[in-house]
Amino acid sequence: MKVRAQIGMVLNLDKCIGCHTCSVTCKNVWTSRDGVEYAWFNNVETKPGLGYPTDWENQAKWNGGWTRTKAGTLQPKQGGKWRILANIFGNPDLPEIDDYYEPFDFDYDHLKSAPEMKAFPTARPRSKITGERMEKIEKGPNWEEILGGEFSKRAGDYNFEGIQKEIYGEYENTFMMYLPRLCEHCLNPACAASCPSGAIYKREEDGIVLIDQEKCRGWRMCVSGCPYKKVYYNWESGKSEKCTLCYPRIESGNPTVCSETCVGRIRYLGVMLYDADKIEEAANTPDEQDLYDAQLGVFLDPSDPEVIAAARRDGVPEDWIKGAQESPIWKMAMDWKVAFPLHPEYRTLPMVWYIPPLSPIQNAAEAGKIGMNGAMPDVQSMRIPVKYLANMLTAGDEAPVVTALERMMAMRAYMRSKTIDGVIDEGIAEQVGLTPALIEDMYKIMALADYEDRFVIPTTHREQVEDAYELRGECGFTDSNGCSPGISKGSLFGGSKKALKMPAEVK
Amino acid sequence: MNNFFFGIYPYIALSVGIIGTIARYERDPFTWKSSSSQLLRRKQLIMGSVLFHVGILIIFFGHLGGLLTPIWIFDALGISHGAKQVLAVVAGGFAGLLMLAGGSMLLHRRLFDARVRATSTFADTGILVLLMAQLILGLSTIFVSLQHLDGHEMTKFMSWAQGILTFQAGAADYVADVALVFKLHLVLGLSIFLLFPFTRLVHMLSVPLRYLTRPGYQIVRSRRKNTPAE
Repeated sequence: MKVRAQIGMVLNLDKCIGCHTCSVTCKNVWTSRDGVEYAWFNNVETKPGLGYPTDWENQAKWNGGWTRTKAGTLQPKQGGKWRILANIFGNPDLPEIDDYYEPFDFDYDHLKSAPEMKAFPTARPRSKITGERMEKIEKGPNWEEILGGEFSKRAGDYNFEGIQKEIYGEYENTFMMYLPRLCEHCLNPACAASCPSGAIYKREEDGIVLIDQEKCRGWRMCVSGCPYKKVYYNWESGKSEKCTLCYPRIESGNPTVCSETCVGRIRYLGVMLYDADKIEEAANTPDEQDLYDAQLGVFLDPSDPEVIAAARRDGVPEDWIKGAQESPIWKMAMDWKVAFPLHPEYRTLPMVWYIPPLSPIQNAAEAGKIGMNGAMPDVQSMRIPVKYLANMLTAGDEAPVVTALERMMAMRAYMRSKTIDGVIDEGIAEQVGLTPALIEDMYKIMALADYEDRFVIPTTHREQVEDAYELRGECGFTDSNGCSPGISKGSLFGGSKKALKMPAEVK
Repeated sequence: MNNFFFGIYPYIALSVGIIGTIARYERDPFTWKSSSSQLLRRKQLIMGSVLFHVGILIIFFGHLGGLLTPIWIFDALGISHGAKQVLAVVAGGFAGLLMLAGGSMLLHRRLFDARVRATSTFADTGILVLLMAQLILGLSTIFVSLQHLDGHEMTKFMSWAQGILTFQAGAADYVADVALVFKLHLVLGLSIFLLFPFTRLVHMLSVPLRYLTRPGYQIVRSRRKNTPAE
C-alpha cells in the first residue's frame, strides 16, 4: 500500500443552473491572454450536445485516453511510446482550432467612432488570430447553449449510445442538463503519459496535474492524449496549458475560483486518500463497466487505523488525514454512492466526479401513468433517460445511477415528510439502503451546502520543504522569466540562484 | 577573403551557436519549443512536416557523417572516394527532394495561410526561407559534382571540416579553389549555425528520446523531502 492524498472535486449536477459563472471567473483569472483565448479550462456544456471541442467524447475519432490492448496491457489509445514519437512531426489526432472555435472579438470602437450615417453602427466580429474580419461566426465555446441548433446535429452526442434517440428530438420528450467540465486531475492521467518531454506530472502531495512550462517543448501529444480535451495548446507561447486546480489557492486552503464563485453551490472539494500501487491494475480492468467499481477500490478509508498508519508512514500530514476523514468527496462517492466519475471507460481514473441530475417525471400530466415505486416515482420515468446518464458516468451500467437517483429522491421525500408533515419516515431511508442519520447528513451537505461543508481543504505544508526566509523579496507568481532568476540550481552567469524549490520526480 | 569566410567565420558561427544555445537553455527555457502551428492549420502540415523533417534529418546526419568521418576510415573500409560521392549524391539527392517537397508545402503555408502568417515571427519565416535556400544551393551542387565523379572534390570539404574542428591553421586553403556554389553553400550553412540559438531550430536538441527509456508512463513529482516518518 502506498498512500497518497488527492484533492478531489464533486459537482452536483442536480443543482447546476448553467450560469457559466465558473467559466467566466476561470477565464478572467487564467486564460485572458493571447494564445489561449479559445481555451476554457472550465466550460459548461448543454447536454445532449456535441460539446466543446466538437464531439470530444467520441474517442473513436480523437483517440484520447487509454486502451487495453489485446495482450492485456494498458497503453494510450493514440499509441504506445514509439507510435507517439513517430507522430511527432505531425500529430494525426490533434484537433484544429476550428474544432474548438476561432476566437473573435468585436469592433466595439466602431460604435462610438462611426461617422454619422443612416444605418445604426454595429460592432462586427474580428478574428483574434489573424485580426481579419469574420463575416460569420460559426462556432463558440457554448454553441449549443440550452439546446441551441437542430436536434439532428446534437443527436451525435456520444452518450446516446444504445438509446432510441429519435423520440428525444420531439418537443414533448426533449430533455437537457448542464455539464460543467474541467481538468479531471486523473489518477492515471493520459496527458502525462503521452508527454514525450516528461513535462506533465502529478503532484504527490495533492494530486494536482500540472505542466512544467519550462520543460514543455510543444510536442502537443498531451492535447490528443487527454480524452476530455482539457489540455490546450497555447498557439502564442507554443506550450500546452491546462487547469491548475487553482493550486495557489488550494495550497492556502481556499477553493478553486470556479468552486468559490459557483452561485448554485454545486461544487465540493475535499481530500481523498488513494493507494498508488493499485492504480495501474484498476485502470486496466478488463470490463469497462467494472472501471467505476475498480476506482472505488483504489480509494482508502481514512478512518481505517491501518490506512492511517500507512498514511503517516508515507508522509501524509496529520491535518490531511483529518481532512480526508471529513471529506465531502468521500461521503458522496463512497458512503452515499451518489457521485460518479465522468466517462470511466477512458481508463484515466478521473478525480472530478458528478452527481447525476434529477429531472421532471416524463408525461407527468398523464398522472395515472407515472410509475410509482413505493412512495417515490420510478426514476426510470424521469425525463432524462437513465441510460444517457449511465453512458456518461458509469460506462453504461445503469444500476449505480438508479441507486443514486433514488437516494436523492428519497432524501427529498424524507425531508418533505419531516418538515411539512412532521413525520420521520424511516421506511423511505431503508428503501434506498440509508439511515435517517445519513439522510440528514446528505441533506446538510447536498441541499444546504454550507461553505465549510463544501470545501474541506487542508493547507499545504511548504514549511516542511523550504525555508521561507530565503524567499522574501521574491516575485510572487511569474510567467516564465518575468522577474525570476530562472530555476536551475547553478548559474552560468555567476553565483548560485536563490533556492526556489521545484518538485522533484518520485521513483 | 577566403581565409575570413572559411578560416575565421566558422569559429565565429560555431561559437555563437554553441554559447548562444547554452545561454538560451540556461536563461530562458520557457522559449525552448518546437513552435508547432498545427493547431491553427492542419492542412499541408502533416504531409509537409513529415517530408521536411525526414528529409532534413537524413541530410543533416549525412553531412555530419560524411564530413567528419576521417578519410582514412573510408580508405580502410575500402570505400573509394568516387563511390562515397555517388552515395552522397544519390542519398542526399533523394532526401533533398523529400525536404524540397515538404519544405515547399510548409513555406507556402507559412507565407499564404492567413492564420499561420499572422502568428509567425520574423525568425520563423526567416529560418525556413534560409533552410530552403540552403537546400536549393545544396541540390545545385549535385550538378557540379556530376562533372567530376572521382570524389576528389569531396575530400577537400572533409579535410576542411575536420581541419576546422581540429583547429588546424590554414584549413581554409582546402576549399580555396572549389566552385562558387559550394562556397555559398558553406557560408550559408555556417550562418545557420550562427542563427541557430535565436530561432526555433533549438527544438532539434530536445529530441525526447528519454521518453522511450522512462520507466512506465506516469510521472509524479514531490515537494516533500524524501524522508518518510520513522
